Amino acid sequence: MKHSEKAEIFNKDEAKVNWHDKALWYVREKRDNSAHKVKGWEYLRELGSGIKANVLSNLDEYLIQFESNAKKNGIHVHWASNAEEHNEIVNSILVKHNAKKVVKSKSMLTEECHLNPYLEKKGIEVIDTDLGERIVQLAKEPPSHIVLPAIHKTKEEVDVLFQEHLGTKPSQGNPEYLVSEARKHLRNKFLKADVAITGVNFAVADTGGVVVCTNEGNADMGVHLAKAHIACMGIEKIIPQEKHLGVFLRLLARSATGQPITTYSSHFNKAEEGKEMHIIIVDNGRTEQLSREDFRASLHCIRCGACMNTCPIYRRSGGHSYDYTIPGPIGSILSPGKDLKKYSSLPFASTLCGSCSNVCPVKINIHEQLYKWRQVIVKEEKQPIIKKAILKTAGVVLSKPGLYDFAGKSARFALKNFPKFMIYNKLNAWGKARDLPEVKNDNFDEWFKKRNKDG
Amino acid sequence: MKVGLFIPCYVNQLYPQVAIATLELLEKLNVDVYYPQGQTCCGQPLGNSGYEEDSKGACSLFVENFKEYDYIVGPSGSCIYHVKHHFDILEQTPEVIRVRNNAYELCEFLVKILDVKDLGASFPHKVGLHKSCHGLRGLKLGSCSEMMGPHFSTEEDLLNKVKGLKLMSLSRKDECCGFGGTFSVFEEAISVKMGKDRVQDHLDSDVEVITGADHSCLMHLEGLINRNKQPLKVMHIAEILNSSL
Ligand code: SF4
Repeated sequence: MKHSEKAEIFNKDEAKVNWHDKALWYVREKRDNSAHKVKGWEYLRELGSGIKANVLSNLDEYLIQFESNAKKNGIHVHWASNAEEHNEIVNSILVKHNAKKVVKSKSMLTEECHLNPYLEKKGIEVIDTDLGERIVQLAKEPPSHIVLPAIHKTKEEVDVLFQEHLGTKPSQGNPEYLVSEARKHLRNKFLKADVAITGVNFAVADTGGVVVCTNEGNADMGVHLAKAHIACMGIEKIIPQEKHLGVFLRLLARSATGQPITTYSSHFNKAEEGKEMHIIIVDNGRTEQLSREDFRASLHCIRCGACMNTCPIYRRSGGHSYDYTIPGPIGSILSPGKDLKKYSSLPFASTLCGSCSNVCPVKINIHEQLYKWRQVIVKEEKQPIIKKAILKTAGVVLSKPGLYDFAGKSARFALKNFPKFMIYNKLNAWGKARDLPEVKNDNFDEWFKKRNKDG
Repeated sequence: MKVGLFIPCYVNQLYPQVAIATLELLEKLNVDVYYPQGQTCCGQPLGNSGYEEDSKGACSLFVENFKEYDYIVGPSGSCIYHVKHHFDILEQTPEVIRVRNNAYELCEFLVKILDVKDLGASFPHKVGLHKSCHGLRGLKLGSCSEMMGPHFSTEEDLLNKVKGLKLMSLSRKDECCGFGGTFSVFEEAISVKMGKDRVQDHLDSDVEVITGADHSCLMHLEGLINRNKQPLKVMHIAEILNSSL
């Protein structure tokens, strides 16, 4: 289904759309306030973007440096060229530890690789420990946002879900009660877990360690209690030196939620005594994206979600309408690189307003890339015949003043004189909820000619 | 200083009053304005729909029409943005480069090039300004709410020079209205919802007249206002700057 069709369904419940829009706008405003408090915010974005550009142009060297430093720390490093390899590596580690229970802290990469269903098929229990993630996991849905995975669910909906799965009492969506019940439930899971899986926010090349940011401390809780820790990262997560964390940690938390710093920025540099630490470095299409000059900068992304919160379309169509692991503006420039056919409607799900590019802490020119993808899609994907015919004809008409004059006159004549049912019909999407402009007697050309004659 | 007046295709056909106001305003300010015959369109609708290749004819015609002027001025932020940012599909001849460099959105031209002090306009109404995205974020006609830095606004500066005009403040200063060219048709549901929300913000802020520097956004908002019979009027900023009592 195309984005527009899913969005239309989401829009059937206008009260819910209003609520979704307000909730995300609230986060966007929190981000504005906290960014205002940082002197030189725009300079910080510039720095972040520059460091990322450097990383991408020297990615091979930084990755090798990272691997060798991580190994020096006693970490096991694995390389995966795609999702299947990634999942198999995770499984082989679990087999080695005879692990049946896994706790996972939020990681978009494991979502991308569909790790949960893969492991569940093998009889392994995987529990997402981030509260929002756990909620969508219970609902058997993918996250609808990368930072706020359950933002599409109201408190009341969570209440019902918890009654069903955790046996809680009806509480009309009392957040304190629901959180405390979730905490009890998760504590139990943490204590019994054999292995902990986490994502990686930043992998530091010159130390060989990784940094994971959470607000609930669930990554630490999982890692400290389990026998082994598997950290999964995309190849673009590298930063050159530890000192660069100062730039990114400040940008990330403020852009994501408006907090000055995420509650936990956990540094994992080696395994605790008697335990094991693994890092899986995953490509899964990233090298290919890197090779596309116009779209390379999409790999700067630090997954803060700010572009989603600001996007007026995302706010009103919901994350699931994008049908891709990473929704919203950034998802719309990453997804066509993975499957041009499947995601060909996403670059068109934008007014090119440019708010995403302005808000992005690492200055990805998102709206310009959306424009560029449109050109690629029209060339490489089959287009609806009517749309194609209209636009091709328009191209010809607009290059010939005589034809343009004729077309303009005819269109105005039609708008003015044709019966309403011919203009307002099913084929005219404009007229479903909007009136068409009222047509004047003359166009400007005609007015201008008359004036010059009279004058 | 010879100025070529650029009138976007849909303004020419549907909103001649906006073109007339632009011309009269420039003439009032003693600008030497010409209206080159045989204009069509800047090619934006094609480019934004992914048919940039097919827009080359329109873009070349644009350059042909305007190559001899010192400035090209048009009452539309998004068309001017297109000329400045997307004309790289043409071979970059000195003429193309000149046209791109000298193209100005009307308000920007009035403030930056003419440095107008007094417009002699008066418009005693409560006005809400819709800051269209391509003008705002694309041409940087004003500061954007996402960016940190001092506040400025080309359109507000001009509106504040109009006697009797009361500029109302909105709760979302620069949210997109949802027009977006062919987006308004292919993503109809979201486009309409965005427009409705935009209109509501103006209603809630006690606005009588919505204005802006891009009539395409205003066309979308007006379509909703008329359909829903809401007590709001829509006028292009050129019409307000050109009005006197
Ligand atoms: S594209 Fe930019 S704003 Fe969007 S999630 Fe990535 S870093 Fe954040």
